Amino acid sequence: MPKRISRRAVLQGTAALATTVFAAPIKAAPPEPAGVTPQLIEAARREGKVVWYTSVDLPLAEKIAKSFEAKYPGIATRVERTGAERVFQRIGQEYASRIYAVDVVNSSDAAHFIAWKREGWLAPYVPEDVAQFYPPEHKDPDGMSASFRVWLSVIAYNTNLVKAEDAPKSFADLLDPKWAGKIVKGHPGYSGTIMTATYQMARELGWDYFEKLAKQRVMQVQSSADPPKKLALGERAVMADGNEYNIFQMKEQGQPVELVYPTEGAPLIVGPNGLFKNAPNPNAARLFQNYCFSVEAQQFIIDVGGLRSMHPGTKEKPGRKPFREIKTMKDDPAGVERTAEDVKARYARIFRV
Amino acid sequence: MALFFTRAESRPVRFDLSWPILLASALILCGLIVAPLAWLVYFSLVDRAGSFTLDNFRQLVTTPAFVEPLITTVILSVSASVACCLVAAPLAFLVARTDMPLRGTVRALMTASFVTPPFLGAIAWELLAAPNSGLINQAYRAVTGAESDQYLFNIYTLTGLIFVTCCYTCPYVFVLVANALERIPGDLEDASAILGGRKWVTARRIIIPLALPAVLAGALVAFLQSMTLFGAPAILALPAGFHTMTTKIWSLFQYPPKPELAAAASLPLLILTVLLLRGQHLILGRRGYAVVGGRQGAARVTRLGGWKWVALVFALVVLLNPVFLPYGALLNAAFSRVPSQLVSFSNLTGHNFEFVFFELSATKLAFRNTLILCTLAATIGTLMALIVSYLTSRQAIAFHRTLGFLATAPVAVPGIVLGVGLFLTYTRPPFVLYGTLWILLIAFVTIAMPSAYQQLQSAFRSVSSDLEEASRILGASRLRTLGRVTAPLLRTSVIATWCFIFVGVIRELSAAIMLFTSETKVISVLIFDLNESGDLGAIAVLGLIMLAITFAVVVLVNRIPGFGAIRLRST
Repeated sequence: MPKRISRRAVLQGTAALATTVFAAPIKAAPPEPAGVTPQLIEAARREGKVVWYTSVDLPLAEKIAKSFEAKYPGIATRVERTGAERVFQRIGQEYASRIYAVDVVNSSDAAHFIAWKREGWLAPYVPEDVAQFYPPEHKDPDGMSASFRVWLSVIAYNTNLVKAEDAPKSFADLLDPKWAGKIVKGHPGYSGTIMTATYQMARELGWDYFEKLAKQRVMQVQSSADPPKKLALGERAVMADGNEYNIFQMKEQGQPVELVYPTEGAPLIVGPNGLFKNAPNPNAARLFQNYCFSVEAQQFIIDVGGLRSMHPGTKEKPGRKPFREIKTMKDDPAGVERTAEDVKARYARIFRV
Repeated sequence: MALFFTRAESRPVRFDLSWPILLASALILCGLIVAPLAWLVYFSLVDRAGSFTLDNFRQLVTTPAFVEPLITTVILSVSASVACCLVAAPLAFLVARTDMPLRGTVRALMTASFVTPPFLGAIAWELLAAPNSGLINQAYRAVTGAESDQYLFNIYTLTGLIFVTCCYTCPYVFVLVANALERIPGDLEDASAILGGRKWVTARRIIIPLALPAVLAGALVAFLQSMTLFGAPAILALPAGFHTMTTKIWSLFQYPPKPELAAAASLPLLILTVLLLRGQHLILGRRGYAVVGGRQGAARVTRLGGWKWVALVFALVVLLNPVFLPYGALLNAAFSRVPSQLVSFSNLTGHNFEFVFFELSATKLAFRNTLILCTLAATIGTLMALIVSYLTSRQAIAFHRTLGFLATAPVAVPGIVLGVGLFLTYTRPPFVLYGTLWILLIAFVTIAMPSAYQQLQSAFRSVSSDLEEASRILGASRLRTLGRVTAPLLRTSVIATWCFIFVGVIRELSAAIMLFTSETKVISVLIFDLNESGDLGAIAVLGLIMLAITFAVVVLVNRIPGFGAIRLRST
C-alpha cells in the first residue's frame, strides 16, 4: 500500500456514498473496511501462498501474480487460469466434493458472484481502496466482491489482411458475405466474457443475429483471449468477439491488429474479485485482495494489461480511447444469472458446438 | 499350453498364499473396473432425483446433437483404421522383411511417434496446416502465388482430424504387424519357392494370409484408439463446429453438468468396444496361432534391389507426418515470437522458455504430479500385471480365467468413459478420492492394465517353468519364486512394460480431463488448457520438455545396472 489511510478519511469517503448505500434496501451492512497491517502481512507470510482462480488471459494473470510476489516476498501466488465458465464449474465441482482449494476468485462473468453469494460461499471483505474510492455499482453492498477489472468485447481485424476502409464498423457488417470463412469467435460455454457479450448482444440484436452469424462459417475457439491471438497469427481476418485488452497489448507490441468499437455498442464486461469463506489461506487471500484494488495494482493492469480500472486514482494510458467516450452495451449480471443456461443451450444449438 | 494344463490339474491343492492373493487381486481389479462401470450404468438409468428412467437414452437417440457426433465418430474411426492399415502394414513389411536401408532408424522413429501424445500432435498440426496461418499453407501460397484465402490443406475438418488421428494411431498397427511378420518362419517361404512360387505368389499365398490376423488386430486397435481419442477432436473438431462422441461427453460436464446424460452417452462407446473385441475373438480365435507356433527358421529377407531406395523414400515420407513436420513446427514455435512465422534473427525469442519456467505458476506442480503419477502407475501397474499374469499363465489358482478376464476388461472401456465412471464413483462416500492424485492413479493403472497384462502374459508363456519348479521343490514359496526366479528371467519384458505404462500415462488426457482438480493437474491437462487460450508458444516448450523427459526416462530405466542386461529368454 503506497499510503496509509486513516479511519477518518475512510469515514469521509463512505459518507459521500451514504446516499446511494442507504437508498438501496440492504440486509446487512458491509464489513469495516480493512487495510494492510503488519499483522496481516505476517499472517499471510506464515501461510506462504495464495491460490487465485481467474479467467484473465494467462500471461497477464501471471504478471499480476508476480507483481504481488514482488511486493510481498514469501507468498507464492499460484494462478489457476481457465475460462470463467470453467472456473465456475470447477469451483462448484470442487465444493460439492468438499475440496477447498480456492482463496480468491476473479471471474469475467459477474453473474457468478450472485450464485456464489447465494450459496453463502463468499467471505465479506472490503479493502480500504474499495470502500473509499469505488463507485457503488462496482462493489457488492455486503462487501462480497468488487470490480477488479472492466473491459469490452470488441470487433478487431488483422491489418495485413484487411484494409482500414474495408474493416467492419458494426456487428451488422459482419454478416456481409465477404466475411464468410474469415471470422473467429470465442465460446460462451467456456468464456465469461463471451457469455456476457452473447447475453448483451442477444438482448440488443436478437438471437437471429447469431443465426445469421453462424452461417458465416466462423472458426469457433474457446477463450475470449484466443480470437485476438488467432488474428495475430493471421489465421483469421476478423474477430466477432474477444478481449479489448489483448488487442491493446498486441497493438502496442507492434502486431498487425486493430480494434473496432461496434456502432451498436460494445458489450461491457465486468470482472469482480472475491474471497471464499473456506479459503485455505485466508490471510494471504485478504492481503492479495487488498493488493488487487490498490492504485498500484490497478495502474499495473491498465498499463501492462490494457484493462480498464474503476479506481479513480488511476490514469488511462495515452493512445487508447478513453472509456467514457466509447458507446457500450449495458451490463446486467442478474439477467445473465437468470438466463445463462438458456443462452448456452441456444448458442450450442445455433453454432453446433 | 497343454503341458501346463495337465500339470496344474494333477498338482495337489495345498494351502499357500494363493487364496489371499486371488482374493486381493480380484478385489482390486473389481474395484478398478466393476465399481465405476456399475455407477455408470446406474447413473444412465436414473434422473436427477434418483428414480428409474429411460429418459436419458431417449434423449440420446432422439436428439440430433447426440446422433451426429456418434455418426462422426464412426466415420472417423473407420477411415482412420483403414488408412492406418494401408500405410502401416506396408511400412511394417519393409522394416521387418526387406533390406531397406535405415530399417532400425525407421523403427525407432515410429516409436517416437508412439511416444508423442496425439493432442500434442494435433496442436503441432494446427501450426502446420491451419488454413491461413499454417506453415505448409503459407509455403504453398508463397510458391504458387495463390490468394490469401487459398490453402492446400485445412486441418480444421473431419479429413484433417482423420489424418492426425491416423498419424498417431499408426504405430500400434505398425508394431503389431512388424512383430507378426518377423515371426513368420522362412521355411514356409522356402517351401513356396521350391515349389516354384515366384515372389508375388509367395507373398499372396504365404505372407499376406499369415500377416492378416495381425493386420486385423491392428485395424481393431486403430479403430478403438480413434474412437476413444479425446484431445485431437477437441482441438481440431470444435473450431470446425462439430463434435465427436468423446468431446460431446466431455461437454456434458460443463456447467450445468449433466452426469446422467454423460453416463448414458458413454454406454454406446462401451458396447461398441465390447462387440468389436468379441468380433476380433471370433475372427482370430481359430487361426491366430498358426504363426506363433513355429520359430524354426529365421525370417527371410526380401531383396529389393534398386527399389530399396524407393522404399526408403516412402518410409521417410510417411514419417514426415507424425514426426519430422510436427516436431519441426513445435521447435519453431518454441523459439519464434509469432508461432506462425519461421524463426529468423528478427523474431528469435527465449521468451516462451522464460514464461514456462519462471512465470507460469502451474508448471512445477504439473510436472511434479505427472512424474509422480507416471512412476507410481508404471510400478504398481507392472507389479499387478506381473502377479496376475503369473497366476493365470501358471494356472496357479482356481478362477485364473476370471482373473485374466478382469485384467483385460478395461480395454473395452474408453478413457473418457472410465473418467466419467471414476468421477461418479469417487466423488461420493465411502471413498472420496476426487481431488487427490489417487483417483488419477487408479485411472491410469486401470487403463494400462490390459496391455501390461498381455505383454507379461506372453512373456511368461515363453519362459519354461522348470526353474520355478526347482525353486518350489527347494522350498521357496510362490511369491519368493516369483520374485527371485521368474521376474529376473523376465526383466526385459518387465522393463518394457514399465516403460510402456510410463509413456502411456504421459500421453493420457481423456480420463485426466474428467478427474483433475487445480491441485492435481497434470501436463497433458495443462497443455490442453493452454491450447484453449491460444498460448501456442508455451505449449511448444512444454511439449518438447515432456518429450525429452519421456526419452530420458526410457533410456535411463533401460540402463539401470544389472537390470535388463541378461537376455535368457531370447534363446
